[in-house]
Amino acid sequence: MDAMLQALVFYMFAALTLGGALLAAFSRKLVYSVFSLLLTFIGVAGLYVFLSADFLAAVQVLLYAGGILVLMVFGIMLTHQIADVTLETQFTHLKTGAIIAGSLWLSLLFFLSIARWPLLAEVPAYGPTTRAIGMGFMGDYLVPFEYSSVVLLVVVLGAATLVRKEVD
Amino acid sequence: MQVIGLTPYLVVASTLFCLGVFCVLTRRNSIGILIGVELMLNAANVNIVAFSRYVGDPVGGQIFAILVILLAASEAVIFLGLLMAVYQRFDTIEVDKVSLLKDEVPGDDAHERA
Repeated sequence: MDAMLQALVFYMFAALTLGGALLAAFSRKLVYSVFSLLLTFIGVAGLYVFLSADFLAAVQVLLYAGGILVLMVFGIMLTHQIADVTLETQFTHLKTGAIIAGSLWLSLLFFLSIARWPLLAEVPAYGPTTRAIGMGFMGDYLVPFEYSSVVLLVVVLGAATLVRKEVD
Repeated sequence: MQVIGLTPYLVVASTLFCLGVFCVLTRRNSIGILIGVELMLNAANVNIVAFSRYVGDPVGGQIFAILVILLAASEAVIFLGLLMAVYQRFDTIEVDKVSLLKDEVPGDDAHERA
């Protein structure tokens, strides 16, 4: 019973992820694709919970659904007039894109079906990971942590430089 | 208790990745391309976390995924900054209309500049 419920919820989140991604890739209006991206991000957060990554799920919701999505909506609103008909996006090179993406998908599925991974005999139990991630960032992964702060600084400066008015 | 194996995650992630590839290749609007890139980054993240849980070292995988999310956010910010600069100059963000290297010969629908 419990196992069946767990599988059911997993496949629900997987369907949410893929359905949102399908809408985002194929819908003709850009605003619709951005908002269906929200479904994908929430579905991926659900998958993280299933993978015992609770902190990562929270980060996913906060940063993707809260931050990046809002940025994209701002981008659309700032680069289109509201009553603009060109808000409908057209596609280009549909056939080439479909062939490349489709053949990549089929080959990935083929290699997935024949691959053998060195799986753990016993998958660790569910549990909070926040403490371990914090210890990792202060210990083994201190250098990437410091580098990421430099990256953020550079991004702030770069974005401010890019959008400033040119002074002649 | 673990009822879902590794393979369903990989199938979901590879499908997500290919949808992202399709989105990047076929969209004409550059925000559409950004959407495709975010789909691909999410797919990669699901893969990383799934492998780290089922093959070993779950904490390392999750830290890697957090760094990927950080880079994705930075990339979105820079992308939108570039977008604003392009829109100021060309009045459009459709990638096949933005084809000037210098502002010498503006096309008919390029932005009139002084």
